[in-house]
Amino acid sequence: MSVTPLLQTRGLTMRFGGVVAVDHVDFTLQERELRCVIGPNGAGKSTFFKCLTGQLRPSEGEILFRGEPVAGKGSHAIARMGVGIKTQVPNVFDGLCARDNVWIAAAKVMADRAAERRTDEAMARVGIGAIAHRLVGQLAHGQRQLVELAMVIAPEPDLILLDEPTAGTTDEEVDRLVDLIGELNRSHALVVVEHDMQFIRRIARTVTVFHQGAVLIEGDVAAILTNEQVRDVYLGKQAA
Amino acid sequence: MKAGRLALASNLAVLAAGLAVLFGLPAFAETYLIINSTIFAAFSILALSLALIWGYAGILCFGQAAFFGLGGYTYAVAAINMGETTLPALIAVLLPALFAGLLGYFMFWGRISDVYLGVITLTVSLIFYRFVNQTAGEQWNIGDAPLGGFNGIPSTPILNWPGRPGDQLAPEDIFALSVSLLLVLYLGCKFLLGTRFGRIIVAIRENETRAELLGYDVRLYKLAIFMMGGAMAGLSGLLFANSVFVSPTMFSLPVSGQIIIWIIIGGLGTLIGPVIGCIFMQILTNWLGTLSQVKGFGWIDPNLVLGVLLVIFVLLVPRGLTGLTIDFWSWLKGLASPAPTDTATARERTDP
Repeated sequence: MSVTPLLQTRGLTMRFGGVVAVDHVDFTLQERELRCVIGPNGAGKSTFFKCLTGQLRPSEGEILFRGEPVAGKGSHAIARMGVGIKTQVPNVFDGLCARDNVWIAAAKVMADRAAERRTDEAMARVGIGAIAHRLVGQLAHGQRQLVELAMVIAPEPDLILLDEPTAGTTDEEVDRLVDLIGELNRSHALVVVEHDMQFIRRIARTVTVFHQGAVLIEGDVAAILTNEQVRDVYLGKQAA
Repeated sequence: MKAGRLALASNLAVLAAGLAVLFGLPAFAETYLIINSTIFAAFSILALSLALIWGYAGILCFGQAAFFGLGGYTYAVAAINMGETTLPALIAVLLPALFAGLLGYFMFWGRISDVYLGVITLTVSLIFYRFVNQTAGEQWNIGDAPLGGFNGIPSTPILNWPGRPGDQLAPEDIFALSVSLLLVLYLGCKFLLGTRFGRIIVAIRENETRAELLGYDVRLYKLAIFMMGGAMAGLSGLLFANSVFVSPTMFSLPVSGQIIIWIIIGGLGTLIGPVIGCIFMQILTNWLGTLSQVKGFGWIDPNLVLGVLLVIFVLLVPRGLTGLTIDFWSWLKGLASPAPTDTATARERTDP
């Protein structure tokens, strides 16, 4: 038990006035672990991600990245420690072509020449080589997601956070995404927030369920998806 | 590759045009036109400074006049006190840059953006304007230099050849210096935007959050480019001081507004557009001023005409003169070779 987890939160809480969006969350992720996070809308998943990446300063609690506290640090400082995020609403450089988008990401961690190579690799991995010279602002939502995904993986962060990666993508793209996540997981830790249960079934091993800002339950994917309580707060509502 | 060649061609065209003005104009122009052209060149550098920080870094500084005036006044005060003008000229560029650094530090570290940034910078320039306006009297002398309040410093010294105090530059020399600096700065900005720093600056303009999430400290980049803009505006003020003299109007609202109008008319997001917009508007203003003196045209109010022009551009030509030229050019090409888009797509389709 002496192994330091890659990511650990203790009593992480985020309040907006009277609303508690994230409520005393204890979350632990080991190196090279793949974790799926599910939960109904407003469960606090995206807010949780925003706290992890420094976009929000938590009201209370601790975030440890390899044992080092990061709560209160700026987004750029946390990113430099090796955290990459694909946000729920794509955050991309609309006025630049897809290739330039990915290059900017790669250039953060390496010299210009090496960044050119890494850019091509990342784009090939995600499968967006064909749209390299298109302006990202003119792409479809699914394609923008893929561009952002390529930007996230290009610098090879140790921890990859994906917030609803399948939204707006085609079935074919989802297939590639499943393969890609499996491949990435060999050398990276990932946390994936997703609503698509088919997708979760295909990739997940361990699942954490958020409900009203707190962790409701955590466990093996098969157990979680058949869990009565989870069905009530989430799947049950969807079925109804 | 095609884009690269196009960029090279446009740079060479600008270089050729600049050299033609630099060597051609003095051959036939009278001193009056030379001095006027010097002012145009100084203003063009001012336009370029905002073109860089607004058009490429997305920082709408509504108070670029503050750095412009600061450059002019710094030069005048330092030159009067020191006699030799080379060091004062350097200080006139450095001090506005440092002041931009200080102002930028508070704005960018305080996460102030967009409209508030515009308000703050405008207010700063107006504070300068009010302050300098009331500096009449001996208590406002800095060393040997009287700030002169409303009247400014009519005795602003002219630059001398480096190391030869008293050996002043002729108006033709100031003209050559200004046009050369404009050319160098234009090409320098072009180069800068192609570098790693320049590409990151543009990315930050496109999406600050994403740049942060990739690990870039956005504040530092913005501060750096803002200081460069301050330095260029200071240099512009220095050149202006050498072709006119320094007065509080350098800090005034019309100057700040004018720079923004040049950019809107010329084309935001380009470097050449604002320079063209600046020269176009200066020539137009001068011409309207002359016209309104002519009998029968006295009803023409230059400011009214310029206002109408601005409204027309904002509503109908949002990409400015540059965008208009590009559209016109592709329209002409379309006339010359019918339906070029179809052949282009056909070629793309056949390509493996």
